[in-house]
Amino acid sequence: MKFVAVAATLVAAAAVLPLAYLLVRAAGADADAWDVVLDARTLELVGRTALLVALVTAGATVVGVGLAWLVERTDMPGRRIFSVAAALPLVIPSYVSALALLAAVGPGGLFGGGTWIFGLPGATLALVMATYPYVFLLCAAALRRMDPALEEAARTLGRSRAAVFRQVTLPVLRPSIGGGAVLVALYSLSDFGVVSLMRYDALTRAVFNQYRSLFDRTPAALLGLVLVLLTALVLVVEARSRGAGRVSRSAAGADRPAALVPLGRWRLPATLMAGGAVAFALLVPVGVLLGWSLRDAADHPELGELLGWAGSSLLGSGLAAVVAMAAALPVAILAARRPGRWTSFLERATYASNALPGIVIALSLVFFATRVLDSVYQTLALLVFAYVVRFLPQALAGAHSALVRVDPDLERAARGLGASPAGVLRRVTAPLMAPGLLAGATLVFLSTMKELPVTLLLRPIGFDTLATEVWTATGVSAYGTAAIPALTLIVLSAPVVWTLQVRPRGEPRAQPR
Amino acid sequence: MKRSLLALLAVAACGAVAAGCGDDDDGGSGSGSGDPLTIYSGRNEKLVGDLMKQFERETGVKVQVRYGESAELAATLAEEGDSARADVFFAQDAGALGAVAEAGLLAPVPASAEKVDARFRTANWVGTSGRARVVAYSTERLKPSQLPDSILDFCDDRWKGKIGFPPPNASFQAFISAMRLGLGDARTREWLECMEDLDPELLENNIQTEEAIADGEIDVGFVNHYYLPELKAENPDFPVGNHFLKAGDPGSLVNVAGAGILKTTDQAEDAEKFVDFLLSESGQRYFSEKTFEYPLVDGIPAPAETRPLEDVHGPEIDLGALGEKLPSTLKLLQDVGLTS
Repeated sequence: MKFVAVAATLVAAAAVLPLAYLLVRAAGADADAWDVVLDARTLELVGRTALLVALVTAGATVVGVGLAWLVERTDMPGRRIFSVAAALPLVIPSYVSALALLAAVGPGGLFGGGTWIFGLPGATLALVMATYPYVFLLCAAALRRMDPALEEAARTLGRSRAAVFRQVTLPVLRPSIGGGAVLVALYSLSDFGVVSLMRYDALTRAVFNQYRSLFDRTPAALLGLVLVLLTALVLVVEARSRGAGRVSRSAAGADRPAALVPLGRWRLPATLMAGGAVAFALLVPVGVLLGWSLRDAADHPELGELLGWAGSSLLGSGLAAVVAMAAALPVAILAARRPGRWTSFLERATYASNALPGIVIALSLVFFATRVLDSVYQTLALLVFAYVVRFLPQALAGAHSALVRVDPDLERAARGLGASPAGVLRRVTAPLMAPGLLAGATLVFLSTMKELPVTLLLRPIGFDTLATEVWTATGVSAYGTAAIPALTLIVLSAPVVWTLQVRPRGEPRAQPR
Repeated sequence: MKRSLLALLAVAACGAVAAGCGDDDDGGSGSGSGDPLTIYSGRNEKLVGDLMKQFERETGVKVQVRYGESAELAATLAEEGDSARADVFFAQDAGALGAVAEAGLLAPVPASAEKVDARFRTANWVGTSGRARVVAYSTERLKPSQLPDSILDFCDDRWKGKIGFPPPNASFQAFISAMRLGLGDARTREWLECMEDLDPELLENNIQTEEAIADGEIDVGFVNHYYLPELKAENPDFPVGNHFLKAGDPGSLVNVAGAGILKTTDQAEDAEKFVDFLLSESGQRYFSEKTFEYPLVDGIPAPAETRPLEDVHGPEIDLGALGEKLPSTLKLLQDVGLTS
């Protein structure tokens, strides 16, 4: 456990680097800089940001939990296709889905539409589309791992299906819903692309305005700290909503897939609703991208170039997923197995950077790398490190929600039977956590595939990814040219989601023996 | 679990093979001659990528370019400080150059800068191409003859609900700073308040503004002149036109994109060659023909469908002075309620 504690502390220290940077920059604040922040307007921005975050979190939770339950627990037709398709909107850069949404239902859009979309409605809609997969992936993993006997017992005891869902399924899902909802909230706090395209004034727009107009890093840092405070608030709300009960299995449990709930006459409406949600989040952007790519003026990249960008994207995202998973494990184990003030502080600390706009994370690592370890600056190693710092909470949400369901008695029994702590981790804990860990790794992989601000500033020169190419082309309004790398992002991510999400369902489950 | 992990690693390894050839041509040690010249470019690769290749062909100097947003690259240069990786900063606007110059990171400009009119350069950076402020209008709903020839005349109820502009955009802010220098703060505030009363559509950037006109949200927008040719290249039927205001009008400010050499460069000679090249005939022709911007060196024809630079010049203002005005301009825009 000592080793785990040391590793967890190191991981947390890395994750708070951007926060340390903000404090360094904020320390130099003069009266003018404070004026920018201590303004009635900042309070208004905080209010507008909080409203957006609350709406997006609520929306994404409903869509994500609903889809996960339909896909994992019912006889809805096309469940396997849904389980991949419903996760894919996560790889569409949110500014691309916002652009597509505008092209579809904005003023002058394909399906009519109008100016209603600007402001809160459009920002909420685009962000729900972009973020519900966080909740979906984590809840689907939890449902797959859940002991079907719990629901069966409740049914046998005479509870209706609705009551079982409310009294058994939802409480078991709670850690996954909470973890997913936090990711959704933090994403909405940090996003700049959607709020700027949808013309909704949120805090990140103010942070960007400070950098873009004034080239002044101090007021931007102070506003960044306001975002960190909001992050803390989100985490406190999530912690408060955690019940006292435990959700781990107390016995080995039945190791078989749960019986599917027949939807009966609800089958058609449920399928239509799920199909509608996925169509909106995935097919609208894909359709608009295809339309753009077919325009006459579209200038398409050569296959060789495209393969190079795809290779860079896969390399960076694959490494980020593996490293983030390894980094999340000790933090999750410590927080779940040695609960206490210090360990829960460590766990929360790793979330500190997640609500910060990518530009802040990138600048913080420029600051530390050039001062402390100049040789890694602008190398792939630092880029992957930056991805991990930015997306660690996503790996952690997966690991944590999986770990709380693993019964500590199993680990103790294995220890009692003579296994070493490392052996227990390898042969008992890790296999039982596998779906959650993989869900976390999938989240990190997909988020990194579309990552832009950190990639632009920290990549080795010439390390062009699909996301940077989409940015380059949209920068000159060459949407037809942007469509090809954007579609490639989606196409490449599909088999990864398939491998990590769908295939494990069919495999025999790892058993502690 | 194991198998999936292996799959993930295999995916990464495939990527490594595919990308590997791309990253190894330079170790990036950043010292010694023979290294490529490193340029931080706030200008889009689609716009200046071919220009970089042309420079390599004409001079034999190899370049490596980090593309990004001008403001973010300026912030990066400021954080890098003495360990700057760039030899040249090639920026989209004078503001970003001014910020890096103010941080004391830029060396004096080479002698070739003197070819450029003094109002488009300072001691540490030089403008390489010009962009004029224009009024973009809907060619479906308006005729050019219906448009006033001064930006001040848009303060009229006839335009209520029909105007849009991007207050967060650097060029828009420069235009307001120029108006303050030309007309004074009181008249500028009056005009801005009048605009606010007309219930304008507030947009994020120039492209959004052009698209809002095309989509029928607004009839006119205050933007830079070269976005329209870009959008027309993507869609020849784009229903928007550029209206140039009269010479000397605050609404027809000419701003620049430009370049500066980093003080910390160890390739000063190649860096100067690059700036010389941007100001050479082939560099200036490139801007005129490929990016539809104004050449800033005499004798090079202006892009098609624009007015000559002499006729669009705004108030006689030193671009270096706009930077100092920026904080108070932002404050003014906030006070009037045009930015948050």
